[in-house]
Amino acid sequence: MLESPHAALAVASPTRWRTRHLLDVDQLDRNEILRCLDLAAEMRELRDRHERLDSLAGELVGLAFAEPSTRTRVSFEIAATSLGAQVVDLPMAASSSTKGESLVDTLLTLQRTGITTLVLRHGASGAPYLAARATQLRIVNAGDGTHAHPTQALLDALTLRDALGGLEGAVVAIVGDIGHSRVARSNVLLLTRLGATVRLCSPPAWTAGFTRPGVEVHAELDDALEGADAVMALRVQLERNAAGGVPSLREYTARWGLSEARMQRACPGAPILHPGPTNEGVELTASLAAAPRSLIGRQVTNGVAVRMAVLSLLAG
Amino acid sequence: MVRFGSLADEPATFVLAGCRVIDPGSGADASRDLAVVHGRLAAVDAAPPDAARIDGSGLVAAPAFCDLHTHLRQPGGEAAETIASGTRAAAHGGYATVCAMPNTEPPLDEPARVAWVQLCAADAAARVRVVAAATVGRAGEQLTALGELAAMGVVGFSDDGSGIASARVARSVMDYLAPLGLPLVEHAEDPELAAGAVMRSGAAATRLGLAGWPASAELTMVERDIALAAETGARLHLTHLSTGAALDAVRRAKERGLPITCDVTPHHLVLTDAWVAGDRRFAWDGDDDLPEALDPQLAYDGRCRVNPPLPSRADALALLAGLNDGTVDAIATDHAPHPPERKAVEFANAAPGMVGLETALSIGLAALAAGKLTLPRLLQALSVGPAGLIGEERSLRAGELVDLVVFDPSARWQVTADALASASSNTPLLDMELPGVVRLTVASGRITYADGVAPLG
Repeated sequence: MLESPHAALAVASPTRWRTRHLLDVDQLDRNEILRCLDLAAEMRELRDRHERLDSLAGELVGLAFAEPSTRTRVSFEIAATSLGAQVVDLPMAASSSTKGESLVDTLLTLQRTGITTLVLRHGASGAPYLAARATQLRIVNAGDGTHAHPTQALLDALTLRDALGGLEGAVVAIVGDIGHSRVARSNVLLLTRLGATVRLCSPPAWTAGFTRPGVEVHAELDDALEGADAVMALRVQLERNAAGGVPSLREYTARWGLSEARMQRACPGAPILHPGPTNEGVELTASLAAAPRSLIGRQVTNGVAVRMAVLSLLAG
Repeated sequence: MVRFGSLADEPATFVLAGCRVIDPGSGADASRDLAVVHGRLAAVDAAPPDAARIDGSGLVAAPAFCDLHTHLRQPGGEAAETIASGTRAAAHGGYATVCAMPNTEPPLDEPARVAWVQLCAADAAARVRVVAAATVGRAGEQLTALGELAAMGVVGFSDDGSGIASARVARSVMDYLAPLGLPLVEHAEDPELAAGAVMRSGAAATRLGLAGWPASAELTMVERDIALAAETGARLHLTHLSTGAALDAVRRAKERGLPITCDVTPHHLVLTDAWVAGDRRFAWDGDDDLPEALDPQLAYDGRCRVNPPLPSRADALALLAGLNDGTVDAIATDHAPHPPERKAVEFANAAPGMVGLETALSIGLAALAAGKLTLPRLLQALSVGPAGLIGEERSLRAGELVDLVVFDPSARWQVTADALASASSNTPLLDMELPGVVRLTVASGRITYADGVAPLG
């Protein structure tokens, strides 16, 4: 019987965990990332065995989602309650911006209510950094603007590691609206730090400025898929079309939409990931999303485990 | 002891002994004594025997500075700055003149409003010259009373805060201004290319997930305005240029002999877009690698939000090169005070702009220490260069009511809210230590700022 996943892990992997907030994956070194993934895998097993955990007992976790979200919010809520925390849902959009109150003032108010950890989803890139500077709250970034979505990248890495056996030397293609994607940004940082090569593929307007060791940019889907070990599709946001990244969704699908036929270029059976929600028929076909190689369901399951690991590591 | 004076004070009398005196206008650079008698430069033996004597050893004296681009925020923005506090900041920075930009609330687009500012500034700590709005309400449609305003002594016209979006309106303004001899002071920025942008486009903007401002947003309007200036014969002054490409266009236009001038800000000369990502190195010390991890204390600091946005490192270095080769006529601060609550917000919601009057000399001296500028060139771009564009003298000739700055180039100071005379302290330089301490500023013969070196009248 494990006393706590924490104690068990401390023996297996003595990496020190340095950060109090999780603002983006760039704060984590390779060992911390691996420790987090290992702990998440362990959490997943404990959950499968319906073990009771209480490493967050006494913690008051606030979920502040200033942007609509279902899966991430629910995933964090289940993660926090599974660890024994009390969880408060904070309806941000209604309480702050509409009354003209600044984000900092809103968060300081929340801090005074006794909330210790704040899971923050916000439309403005960098909002969690402001929150971390201006308050004593422990901040977990649940997605900020087009900047970062660290727990999504961690759950993607866990899913890929399980499927591929490891990420060192792996080639992962990311296809979609990369420019507006916080998921892509965090994955680029995380996957390259774990030794993978990341190929970004989209219309040129969406990959500008992604210059980084370990990152390749491809405009043509076939080039990006050639020999790829795994492929991640990103949501193409209907509302972004007005900004001119792509002439039409029809053209997007014709040139960059993923299907079984186009996946022939990738390694046989290369897994497909998608952070959701999917636009089936746009960024990938419905049959591909439902195919055995699709890990989309697995990502959701891993999301809870990764968020349990993150919350418990941050709590120290 | 630090004290501020005003233009309403009695003219000063003192002797500055053994000081390095640099007069960029004449090219003179020598260690000597300098006497001011009743506000006018005089022969040292003409000073009365009881005149205050200032030990000038280790100090530099030069013509006081002239800022072509200052936001005094009055009327309407008094929480950020007033004419009184803004001109004290100017005096502390070594300035005798500031040009007040018209994007106040309401804007300076009517003769009565301009007259009110001129009246308020009569006993300020620096001369205030007005740049009036070019179009009514800065709406870019109907011309203001350009001729009447010109007769009131305004020094130029600008819709600063934005450019004149319509080429047809810009052409009308320039057509009308050509015989008046006053420039259109253009904030060159295509509003469509810049729409939604909060920082310079590039690797840092991509890393941060912030909407990028392409260099073409500036270049397209600069090229358009150069074509209009060539066609109308009007003077065109391009303010706060931030890209090497726009500077190249100005360089070519000057080679053609067109009446085109430009300024750059201190912050665009030395800070870069990497500052938004938490880098705090000046352009010449930096490299093109972004930090591996964003520093939670420094990344997304609203005080790094400014318009035009902080440039790429290559563009900052191109601006320094343009300053050295004479393409850049002046350093102008774009001093833009904002209260803290406009900056301690999400980066994209932060009000653009930073204070600059009190750090311009220090930034220039930092560039000098790095071998990127010479002292005479720096002083020329802060004083004679800009003053000449608004018809002011900046010579150290005997007989004139003197505009003088005396500073210690090797002393260092820490930029703190308390050290700044401005009512605002929105600058990412806050808490940094910089070289260059102003000891004395004289405007129109009056001591407007003194740091322990001379009695105030």
